[in-house]
Amino acid sequence: MFGSARGQVRDVVFVDGVRTPFGKAKGVYAETRADDLIVRVIRELLRRNPSLPAARVDEVAIAATTQIGDQGLTIGRTAAILAGLPESVPGYSVDRMCAGAVTAVTTTASSIAVGAYDVAIAGGVEHMGRHPMGEGADINPRFIAERLVDPSALIMGSTAENLHDRFPAITRARADAYALASQEKVAKAYANGQIQPDLVPMAARHADTGWDLVTTDEPPRPSTTLEGLAGLRTPFRPHGRVTAGNAAGINDGATGCVLAAAEVAAELGLPAKMRLVGYGFTGVGPDVMGIGPIPSTERALARTGLSIDDIGLFELNEAFAVQVLAFLDHFGIADEDPRVNPYGGAIALGHPLASSGVRLMTQLARHFVEHPEVRYGLTAMCVGLGMGATTIWENPHHPAVTSGGDAG
Amino acid sequence: MSDDEVTLEFPDEVVTATHVRYVTLPGVAGPVALVTLDNGLDHTRPSTFGPAGLRGILTAVDEIEAHQPPVAAIAVTGKPFIFAVGADLAFRSSITDPAAVRPALEALGRLGHEAFVRLGSGRLGERRVPTFALVNGAVLGGGLELALHCDYRALSSGIPMLALPEVFLGLVPAWGGSQLLPNLVGPQRAIKIILDNPLSQNRMLKGPQAFELGLGDVLLEPADFLEEALTWVGRVLRGEIDPVAARTPVERSAAWAAAISAGHELADGRLHGAAPAPYRALDLIALAETATRADGFEAETQALADLSVSGELVAGLYAFDLVQKRARRPVGGPDPALARPVTKVGVVGAGLMASQLALVFAHRLEVPVVLTDLDATRLDAGVAAVHREIDNLLLRRRITADQAGRYKANVTGSLTKDAFADADLVIEAVFEDLSIKQKVFAELEAVVSPQAVLLTNTSALSVSEMATHLAHPERVAGLHFFNPVAVLPLVEVVRAERTDDATVATTLAVAKALKKNAVLVADQPAFVVNRLLTRFLGEVLAAAEQGTPLDEVDHALDPLGLPMSPLTLLALVGPPVALHVAETLHTAFPDRFREPSSLARLVEAGKGSIYTAGPDGTQTIDPEAAAALRAAVAAGRTSTSTANGNGSGGGSTVAPSAAEVREAALRALAEEIHLMLAEKVVAEAPDIDLCMILGAGWPFHLGGITPYLDRTGVSEAVTGERFTPPGVATLPV
Repeated sequence: MFGSARGQVRDVVFVDGVRTPFGKAKGVYAETRADDLIVRVIRELLRRNPSLPAARVDEVAIAATTQIGDQGLTIGRTAAILAGLPESVPGYSVDRMCAGAVTAVTTTASSIAVGAYDVAIAGGVEHMGRHPMGEGADINPRFIAERLVDPSALIMGSTAENLHDRFPAITRARADAYALASQEKVAKAYANGQIQPDLVPMAARHADTGWDLVTTDEPPRPSTTLEGLAGLRTPFRPHGRVTAGNAAGINDGATGCVLAAAEVAAELGLPAKMRLVGYGFTGVGPDVMGIGPIPSTERALARTGLSIDDIGLFELNEAFAVQVLAFLDHFGIADEDPRVNPYGGAIALGHPLASSGVRLMTQLARHFVEHPEVRYGLTAMCVGLGMGATTIWENPHHPAVTSGGDAG
Repeated sequence: MSDDEVTLEFPDEVVTATHVRYVTLPGVAGPVALVTLDNGLDHTRPSTFGPAGLRGILTAVDEIEAHQPPVAAIAVTGKPFIFAVGADLAFRSSITDPAAVRPALEALGRLGHEAFVRLGSGRLGERRVPTFALVNGAVLGGGLELALHCDYRALSSGIPMLALPEVFLGLVPAWGGSQLLPNLVGPQRAIKIILDNPLSQNRMLKGPQAFELGLGDVLLEPADFLEEALTWVGRVLRGEIDPVAARTPVERSAAWAAAISAGHELADGRLHGAAPAPYRALDLIALAETATRADGFEAETQALADLSVSGELVAGLYAFDLVQKRARRPVGGPDPALARPVTKVGVVGAGLMASQLALVFAHRLEVPVVLTDLDATRLDAGVAAVHREIDNLLLRRRITADQAGRYKANVTGSLTKDAFADADLVIEAVFEDLSIKQKVFAELEAVVSPQAVLLTNTSALSVSEMATHLAHPERVAGLHFFNPVAVLPLVEVVRAERTDDATVATTLAVAKALKKNAVLVADQPAFVVNRLLTRFLGEVLAAAEQGTPLDEVDHALDPLGLPMSPLTLLALVGPPVALHVAETLHTAFPDRFREPSSLARLVEAGKGSIYTAGPDGTQTIDPEAAAALRAAVAAGRTSTSTANGNGSGGGSTVAPSAAEVREAALRALAEEIHLMLAEKVVAEAPDIDLCMILGAGWPFHLGGITPYLDRTGVSEAVTGERFTPPGVATLPV
């Protein structure tokens, strides 16, 4: 198609990814603008990669679920201008709710693959404190009148309860145990300094107390216990199973990454932390949106010719513990399998909707460095209104790759 | 008097809070105390310092000292877009007891030093930690002084204004600025910032310029200034960089003395000793070379205390208030909602003034502007002149190429007035002759809609008479600009006898859109500025005619510190224009405005100025021009006093001294202003001052002019009363 791809798709590499520390809604970023969060991320990406001339960035794709106010006005373009990128660098906005940043990555990566771009910045931002889920939504009455979706489909916690109904083997006790493990893994990763390198400190002001510098995630609760979790109420259903403890919270944050054609990264002297193998998106019933990652992963595997056994590392978004456990049960993976979310997940770190996808990728890239024996890894997440999103990446540190072997 | 004898009270203080958060930086042992200065209001109300705010700094540093674990450093920054803009000027004005002013300002001076030293020195009990000013935005006066007290400074390249404007108002930087700045950047640059800029229409620096002058150790972009500034703080604290080593060493002894001497020349050139503040500032900068900090700061406090009770400061604060507040809301104006939209403008005439007007309308209103002239050649030249000026704006990067394209397309010429049919506003700038202007307006009325506003740029003629024969005289008003139109901020908006509110409101709205400050004036001959300058010039020329040497005459007013001497001003205005105004005023008020015979001779001789450039380029008096002005001397001496019986000193054959010239000029001003207020030419005396400040560049230390006439007793001596009560624009009695 494009001359630069010379008749075949080009390899796309993940050059680098960073994010702001995540905050709790009404917490550290209560008085910080969403666009300032993503601007900081974009500037840090360029600062960390000085061999990338800003003018070589061909696209800035930024996801946000609620695209109004400081997340509106085509935030991909406004953020590019505010970040001081040359005016020649275009930008656009992306929305696939929780999979917004994933979609920003897959669409720009595809454009790179066909030769339309050489380099792109993809990311996402969600300030759920300023923009609660569903803010300003105008839902078509046909959804209810024609029973197109179950009324519970629009309440994410209720869809998680529905998932417990479908998979009775996933009990509240299992969900709580999974949640506790997530908190413990995050605490351990922080203690080991595995999370901090990809955080960019964010100045955040509160009118009453002045400027602060946010350097770590606000949501984790390292003191979590099983007893404490067991005592939490179930807000979505009386005597239900889903609690604030075994689900991700309401959060603020931004993420971003640099993607490039492999040959362009090499030309510019940019690192290639991961190579994109493939991806898949699939729709499922909106009332059980949490199972989405299962078919999206099957699709991605089928289209890349890989099997689940080829995948050595998993970064699964923990919107709800039940939804991760359903995925693990489906693929026959143990709840505490060390290949899954080695640094913990969104239950502890938080899930600022559209931004989360790139956090999964940035962490997967870290795992690849630590695990050169693993060749393939994947990220997967569920998406509101019943979707799943999966990306599969190859580890450039794997011997088969470094020796120039079959790239699969 | 020591501080504890004075309790600083300021109930109306908008208190700037000193918030402290403790932040961790990688590789730095202990937290960094991050101080935010914030008055709790948005960026349109910048943070200032009053007594409570300064005490808040002391309390905050006490808290920092007690913090566990001990802090590694202190960094201070401001609310968004603002670092801090210095002392709250309202504090000085809030002191009603005259005897309390000096002790209060002395105590405020000491409190400021105490607070800034406490924060900037980083002394926490037995320990001393590095201090950083992270200057994120606007930083003026005391705000900059606080930054100078810190060990290191990061500047944002987005800083819109950085200055020590104290001298502009009649003060000196007295919270450490006069001592710290010369020792940081050298006396020459310090004088530029402390004297030269304030005396040059209060010029201010932007972040990159300030960095070039050495005020900052690092310059960072505004997008993530605070985060990157803190990253830089971390590098300094970890010893990775040493900003002090990168600074240019300051030259002392001979270089210092030379800079002070140059500073005196600068001050004398601008002020001739007319205001004390610049000289006190120079003394302080001289002292800074060798004085201990304690001695230097004490000298600042004494200078502040002395100047706080100077008439120049009170006049300066009064003038500042006029240009900040009164200039933005013209007194006596109708409801602004009555203004009608202006989507097309006509300019009658294509001469120099007409093309200047066309340019400012095209640039600021961004609407089509049509010039007309009966002569095709003159018209083409006029339009070409505007287009050339638009190109100049583009060259100076004041506008973009697209804007230049738009404005040029918008400025056209027409040989007939039909082109004005759909104009909402037409302004005439034709020859200053009442019957010609009446004819122009009659022709306009035949073409334009009944609502179209018709304006005249006359400098002296009666606007009411111009409108007399019109069917709709209510839409005629005056809009008097000052030459050069693009530079001088004043316009006099003239309400004629029958002008209606909608026309006045539209004219005021247009003036505002043109970025001019409007003063509403009555339709009296020559309005305000020209009437006073002419009266004043008349006294000066009278002295010349009576034999006082011209250079003595021209420098007689130097002790006032006016922006230029009267005869230099005459050259700038142009003798023909000055003559026209003087003739009009002589006709209107023959008892006070002498027949301008000497001006007439100067015009007749074709002289634009009494000065001419000598062979070496220096300015010398042109003997022919001097002869024209002085021709009456011989006549005056040979004839009797009746031949020249008008004006002060008329008929005297004794040439007045410079002091007598000055006194005569000031008495004339007092008399004229008194009459103008009685005639209700403007609403109040402050409007006169505003006109003289904005239209003639008369200085803040005179408060325009009426505060000076009041404080020197001239107004009472001449008119029996003051213009404003004591304490308003002058010291309380």
